[in-house]
This record gives sequence, structure tokens and C-alpha cells, in this order.
Amino acid sequence: MEMQPILSLKNVVKNYGDFTAVRGIDLDITEGEFFTIVGPSGSGKSTMIRMLVGMEDVSSGEIKLRNNRIDQTPANLRPTCMVFQSLALFPHMSVGQNIEFPLKLRKENPANRKQRALELLDLLRLPASYYNKRISQCSGGEKQRVALARALAFDPEILFFDEPLSALDYRLRKTLDKELKDLHDRTGKTFVYITHSLEEAMVMSDRIAIMKEGEFEQIATADEIYGKPVSRFVAEFMGEVNLFSVEGTKSEGLQGNGIEIHVNGNATELGVSLKKGEKAALMVRPEYVRFLQSTETSDFVVRGILQAEFALGSRIQYEVTISTGKTLTVEKLREDRFSGEIGSDVTLGFDTHHVHLIRGE
Amino acid sequence: MERLDRKLGIFSALPLGVILLVCFLAPLLVVAAFSVMPERVFDLKHIPDFSAYSVFFQQGYYKSLFWSLGMALISTVVLFLVCWPLAFGMAKVFGKFSLVLTIAVVMSLFVSENIRLFGWVLTLMKGGLFEGYLRSITGYGFDSPLYDTPIIIFGLVYVYLPFMLFPLAQGISMVPDDARQAAADLGATRWQILRQIDLPLAAPGILVGSLLSFVLAAGAVAESKILGGQSIIVIADDIESAFTFGQNWPLGAALSMVLILIIGVFAIFGVSRIDLDAIMGRKR
Repeated sequence: MEMQPILSLKNVVKNYGDFTAVRGIDLDITEGEFFTIVGPSGSGKSTMIRMLVGMEDVSSGEIKLRNNRIDQTPANLRPTCMVFQSLALFPHMSVGQNIEFPLKLRKENPANRKQRALELLDLLRLPASYYNKRISQCSGGEKQRVALARALAFDPEILFFDEPLSALDYRLRKTLDKELKDLHDRTGKTFVYITHSLEEAMVMSDRIAIMKEGEFEQIATADEIYGKPVSRFVAEFMGEVNLFSVEGTKSEGLQGNGIEIHVNGNATELGVSLKKGEKAALMVRPEYVRFLQSTETSDFVVRGILQAEFALGSRIQYEVTISTGKTLTVEKLREDRFSGEIGSDVTLGFDTHHVHLIRGE
Repeated sequence: MERLDRKLGIFSALPLGVILLVCFLAPLLVVAAFSVMPERVFDLKHIPDFSAYSVFFQQGYYKSLFWSLGMALISTVVLFLVCWPLAFGMAKVFGKFSLVLTIAVVMSLFVSENIRLFGWVLTLMKGGLFEGYLRSITGYGFDSPLYDTPIIIFGLVYVYLPFMLFPLAQGISMVPDDARQAAADLGATRWQILRQIDLPLAAPGILVGSLLSFVLAAGAVAESKILGGQSIIVIADDIESAFTFGQNWPLGAALSMVLILIIGVFAIFGVSRIDLDAIMGRKR
């Protein structure tokens, strides 16, 4: 049975004068889902979340929460809550007062309020002694947790996140995104998260929407977005990628657009067939490209010159220039380090089941 | 290096320190010394007898003190209520227009306070700008609002508006927008945001503005003289009379000391409660 979506958007549009920030979004979010909207700055994702929480009016379209329209409801009357990029903790209140703020507004009695605050501190793995601490005494990660506790305090239907980790340093971000995933599992709440980092999105999300110029390019699981992007934009958004412009030759063939690619296998094995003259991009992620020994072979073979080698911690990245002047990226695990010299000729190969064809220019 | 910094700090503070000592602290000490002298003496070579202070209570000078403090208090409250919406607009809503408003308010300071107050007298007096025109057109006039307590408070509000407005706007601009939005998102109404977020976070500005207007209004004399027509005698008026017509310097000095003491307590209490560095935007 299909579950009723908790949040449902129909043709949501946001205009600022002549400029359209959000162009007719349709979206259903399932209850309990961790849904992430990823996009570069200016993609409309912040406008999007501000409309969802009620800080921004929709120009047209409708937003429904459990089948009730909420797009005309002001933020303070919506049963949803947002964790701000800046966290927006109240500096003049203690940790406890911050967490209790939404409960106090709802006239909860002080004893229940305190009990709930202590439960939330426990849920977020902060010691109970933090109840009386000042916000300024908390570290970045602790503030993060206080903001989460405050957002969870009145048991909102959906928790929204507006890039709450972007202000933190890299290491803390790494721990906190896992913690957030863990918190999502433990609370069972619906989380809607906004970020510009697809990497962050991949760690946490059940589904990811890639946003570009006010529209969703693709909504899919992390694996699908990584392995089967629908556009060059999506493919390039997530880290390094090698794209070859190709064109259909006959019903079964592919031809590199001026690139020396020998198609040994049958193009239909890619799961798509291109009509003659139809343009596409052939994508292969750097970790699926191999350095071929003279005796080895593979479905696709490309020759080039090894230009550079970068150590990325556990992985080593290589840059290889091929005959058209295009640079390919290859990644190996450190233990599989390639021993070729910089400037030497190399042969690269990759297989049909590791490539993905993106239709269109 | 740090030691050199400290030395340079002392040297650069020296000129201002000397000015403060000679022009501010020294007269204060002279006044304090005179206040304990016997009545009607013109030098400090007498045995202190504190008799001037007893006159303060005997002759009802405390009444003018109460009028001064009372009207200062009321005008400060009115100023706060009048300035809050304006300051909020300047800090959060008006954008570039707030510069125009700032210039307009500051411009009024270019004209002497007394001249501006006389302007109001001409406007409000019987047969003046308002009443005179009204009577010549309609045949009906009204009594002048001048020479009464409310008009004095109006005068105080009018003259000291910038001293409340600008600190208040500064205080409100220190309230982070996202804290206000977060409060709304968590369920707060506008009224709740005002009470629980805006007022506490703008408190330094409120305190500075209130302190400035209160202190200035408590020592004000022109409003009660010009607009009030001396229907109310304020403490500053008494002090002036004691030094001039009364030729009783110790009495004037004693009255000054009482006023300085009361206002000093308010000021020190107020300033100790706020972080001036935060308001001035200085990093520590």
C-alpha cells in the first residue's frame, strides 16, 4: 500500500519581481524519511526551505502537511521546526531555557518543561549539567546539539535543517553528520535537510534531490545519484567524474566525439541505445578507471600521458591527458598505487558495467 | 611588546586624562567642598558644618527635586514608547531611508535648544501660530497648552529624542534576525517575540538610551522655564537661583551634590549592567 506523504508540494513557485527563484516544484516526502535537497548557492534551495517552514510566502502552488494546506499558515502556527544555519540560539538564555522556549510558549508547566529538557539533553548525549550552562560556554558541536534539542522540544511533525553544519570545521562536520543520521534513526522523525555538499547528503539521506536554477534535476537515492546521474550537472556535482561526449553511430554503436575510444563491447549493454546522431555523455567515475598493462584489455581503452599524481589520504589521484587534450581523473587506493612515472605514456581502461550514459548535450 | 603597548596606552591616554582631571573632576571637588561650608560664604577657608544640607530638607527643596526626577522618569518612559517603533524601523525595516531619518534628527540639534523651545512657544501660545489662525478662520479659539506640566514633559521628549532614538536603534540592530525568526518558527507570536527576544537582546541600547535621557532630563531647566513658564520649579532652577540671586554658594553646591549623587547612582548601576564594548562593536 502506498503511504500517504507527510509533506506534499504541488507546482510551488516563488518569484522575486522578475526573478523566479523556484520554478514549479512537485514533491512528496514520506513520513520518517531523511530527505535532502542539494544545490549550489543560488539554486533556490534556501528559498525552498523558507517557504516550507513559513518564513517566505509561496507565489503560487500549494504545500500540504498530512493533506492539510499550510502554505498560507504563518511560521509560528505550523507544527514544523527548523534548525538554522547560524543555529539562532538565544544568547540571553541558558541551555535549559533555550530548549524549553517552545514549551514555555505553549504554557507547559515548569516541572514538565524541565523534565522534557533533560530528556532531550540525554537524547542528544549532553550531560544534564548543561541545563544551567550559558550558550556562550558551549562549543560549536554542543551548540549544534542544543539547537537540535530545542527544535525537537515541541515534537514537531517535520524537522527542517538549513545547512546547520556548514559553519563548523571539517572534522566536527564528519562526526555530526553521522550523529544526525543516528538521531534520525532514533527519533523516527521526518527530516528535511538542505546543504550544498552532496558528500554530506550522501552520508545521511534516504533520498536526495539535486536542485539547479529553481528546479529539481534529479530525485533519487544516494547510490543512484552517484552511479546514474541524469545530467552532466548532477554527475559533476558529486566530486570527480570523467565525461566523454559521444554520439550514436548505428543502432548499436557509439562513437567518441573526436576521442579515441575503442568500443569493443556492444553499446546496448549500457542499457540504452542511442539513435544515429543522438548526443550523449559517457560517464565513468575515477575509481573505475584502471591502468592497463600491455597484456590486459577492457571494454573501453584510452591512451594518454600521466600528468600528475596527488595523494588524497587513503586514495591516490592521477591526472592523465589524452590525445584530444582532455584530462581524465583516475583514483586508486593507496595499496594499489600505480608505479608509472610522470610524463610516461599510459593506457587506461574501463568496463561497460561501470559506465553510465547521460542523454543530451 | 606587551609592556610597550601598555606604556604607549598610558601615554596616549594622558592628554585626555589631564583634561578630565582639570575640567571635570576638579570643579566637582570644588562643588563638593563648597557644599559643606557654612551658609553664604565665598571661599573654602571655613570649618565644614553641613548646614546647607539641612536647608535642603527644611525649605522644601526636595519638592523641586521630586518634580525634576518625576518628570525625567515620565519623559524617559514616553521617549522609550515613542522611539521604539521608530528605532525598530531604522534598525530593521527602513534600509537606506534610515540615513535620511538620522540626518533629519541630527539636523534639529544644529539649532540651539532654547531657540527651538521658543519656536514652540510661538506656535502654541494663545494667539500664536495654531490658536491664532484657528480663531481668525473659525472664530473659535482654545486655551494655550503652555505653562503646564504636560507641555514641559512634551518639551523634554522633544529635546531629548535623539538621545533615546540612536542608542535604541543601535540596541535593536544587535538583535539577530535569525533569533527573531527562530522564535517565530518555534511558535512565538509577535508580542512574545517582542517580550522574550527583542527587549532582552536590545537591553543594552534601551539602558543607554534611558540613562542618557533620564540624566539629561533630570538636570534640564529650559523646558520648565520656557514652555512651563516657571509654573514648576525644577531642581536645576533652584541651583541656579541659589548661585545667582541667592548668593548662597554652599546651598547651590549642596543641591548640586544631592542631584549628582542620585543620578550618579543610577548611572553607575546602569553602566555596570551593560557591556559597552559590545555596543561600540569593539572586539575583546
